[in-house]
Amino acid sequence: MTTNEIENPLIKYLLHLADNALIIGHRNSEWCGHGPALEQDIALTNIALDQVGQARNFYQYAASLISDLNGEIITEDSLAYLRDSWDFKNCLLAELPNGDWAQTILKQFIVSVYQYYLYQALAQHENEKLAGIAAKSLKELSYHLRWSSDWVLRLGDGTQESKKRMQDAIAILWSYTKEWTDYVDYELNILGESIIAIQKNCEEKITAVFEEAGLTIPQDIWMHKGGKIGKHTEHLGYILSEMQFLQRAYPNVEW
Amino acid sequence: METSLEEQFQQKIDQEIKIEPKDWMPEKYRQTLIRQISQHAHSEVVGMLPEGNWITRAPSLRRKAILLAKIQDEAGHGLYLYSAAETLGISRDEMYHQLHAGNAKYSSIFNYPTLTWADMGAIGWLVDGAAIMNQVPLCRTSFGPYARAMVRVCKEESFHQRQGFESLWVLSKGTDEQKRMCQDAINRWWWPCLMMFGPPDDESHNTIQSMQWKIKRFSNDELRQKFVDMIAEQIKILSMKLPDPDLKWNEEKKHYDYGKINWEEFWQVLKGNGPCNKERLDTRKKAWDDGAWVRDAATAYAVKKSNNQLNNSNSVYANLH
Amino acid sequence: MQTFIRKMFYGDYGEEKNTASESSSGNASTNEWPLWEVFIRSKQGLDHKHVGSLHAADAVMALENARDVYTRRGEGVSIWIVESKNIHASSPDETAALFEPANDKIYRHPSFYDLPDELKHM
Repeated sequence: MTTNEIENPLIKYLLHLADNALIIGHRNSEWCGHGPALEQDIALTNIALDQVGQARNFYQYAASLISDLNGEIITEDSLAYLRDSWDFKNCLLAELPNGDWAQTILKQFIVSVYQYYLYQALAQHENEKLAGIAAKSLKELSYHLRWSSDWVLRLGDGTQESKKRMQDAIAILWSYTKEWTDYVDYELNILGESIIAIQKNCEEKITAVFEEAGLTIPQDIWMHKGGKIGKHTEHLGYILSEMQFLQRAYPNVEW
Repeated sequence: METSLEEQFQQKIDQEIKIEPKDWMPEKYRQTLIRQISQHAHSEVVGMLPEGNWITRAPSLRRKAILLAKIQDEAGHGLYLYSAAETLGISRDEMYHQLHAGNAKYSSIFNYPTLTWADMGAIGWLVDGAAIMNQVPLCRTSFGPYARAMVRVCKEESFHQRQGFESLWVLSKGTDEQKRMCQDAINRWWWPCLMMFGPPDDESHNTIQSMQWKIKRFSNDELRQKFVDMIAEQIKILSMKLPDPDLKWNEEKKHYDYGKINWEEFWQVLKGNGPCNKERLDTRKKAWDDGAWVRDAATAYAVKKSNNQLNNSNSVYANLH
Repeated sequence: MQTFIRKMFYGDYGEEKNTASESSSGNASTNEWPLWEVFIRSKQGLDHKHVGSLHAADAVMALENARDVYTRRGEGVSIWIVESKNIHASSPDETAALFEPANDKIYRHPSFYDLPDELKHM
């Protein structure tokens, strides 16, 4: 299926939120069984489970709207498993490979910051259904933000090696951070004025944690974007081919 | 009449009084427990890998969440069990060291590959089913911390078997390809599952002493028979077949008879010659080695913080109430 | 009381002969994250109960780990953690001396007193 021709900004926005949650959750789930300590394996899997759950909530809402619009039956699974990469609207950062624990932590921290302040704003949205999902997700996000901030501090202010790995992670990932607050049409349509506060809160939080961790934010570097309008990195294709394999090999069956 | 420490110990066990870490215990009891509990813990942690293969390929969002939660539970179970073993005076790092050096065993079932999605169902239904058969009696095992860990494990484990059966049940009602997938997984997992109960009683050297100490409460063959009886009935609901031409109900014994287990395969896998022994161990070692700098960083940070904040240490406890 | 209480780890590392205290070999690495005991109060529960242990580098991490490991099914509304080395435990050798003296103080229990049936609200 394709959702390319859909013009409804709410549907596009829901897919954007769902895709972000699903793809970062997918990446985090790759750690399950491979974490640096059993307790942390469990912690990151909890986060991945929250993210898959959030994705499902947003997909289900989007699916009901698309079904109403097109008259065909669309489910959370057709949205996750039957779209190609050009239909996915997640930010590029979410799809980048996990790298080492430092890159994973940095990715999760950045995503958590943006999702936290975004959901905080959405929890007040006039669309009650959207506000409800955001409010539920916000509770999960407070923990993600706390957990990932703690790890940024530990790695930034831990050993020389951990600091270097953290700074390397920043060098690799920083140019993918601006996309989160580089708003496209459908986001502006839903978020309106609240983008100003979201952007400000995010910047302040990241600056504060980095400062405490003794980490330096690169200045004046090129910033990548495109994920929100379906222009992705090469990595997303591989995620989808793995994730969608069974649905593609055995179409239209129950699992 | 004065009784020896050893006699007092056995009396306690006979009276079903739990042995606690501070109590006197024979060295052999302690060693047996460390071996058994750590093997059990290793099995949980290595057991995450064959299923972990399919997290990124789960065919629906619902199945993905279930599988993730289930594998995460296994990490938790490993953790509870390592903690129980730690009360016997061995550290978790030391147990890892034994595992990584190839000196500790884990359940051989996890040295078999997961080839199709149906294997997720078969592992839940058959492998977890066999594990539960082994584990339920362990909730009453004589060593307190082990028994308490097992109570928690069994409570959480009950959804694992159910989700596995449900997953196969959906396949069994699906297309011809799905049915074939389902039967194929059952064919591959059945015999290794029977081996999970360990060698036959007459070849199992540890059984007699372990039964006397109530570390074990049923013999390998007793549990295996219970498992066969249970599965032989449940499989009828799936309209599938167990890959054993000799399987049939024995009216006289009120049990199912089953065919001969290939013990040569069992010993070979145990020796390291299973299809995935090397991969599984290498994966665990890599996770541990790659995590070393992370663990060191957290330790270094904790030391720095406690040095900096000696006067401020109440802040953590303020959150507690 | 000093004589009855000894400082030891939960699980007694290195104190008495032939208890769990004797470490089986010297391979343990020195930089292992310390062990913590976890106590959880459930929604209906009046007090915190010991639920198990875990490893964590510091108290902040121990609280987070306790949440992730021991409340995955909504088991709790409050967590206490304490580093295992700070738990002091009574010794099984003193069980009789510590606890048996209470056994014959039956007058401490309400059922000890035989009162007239007419007496209400007591």
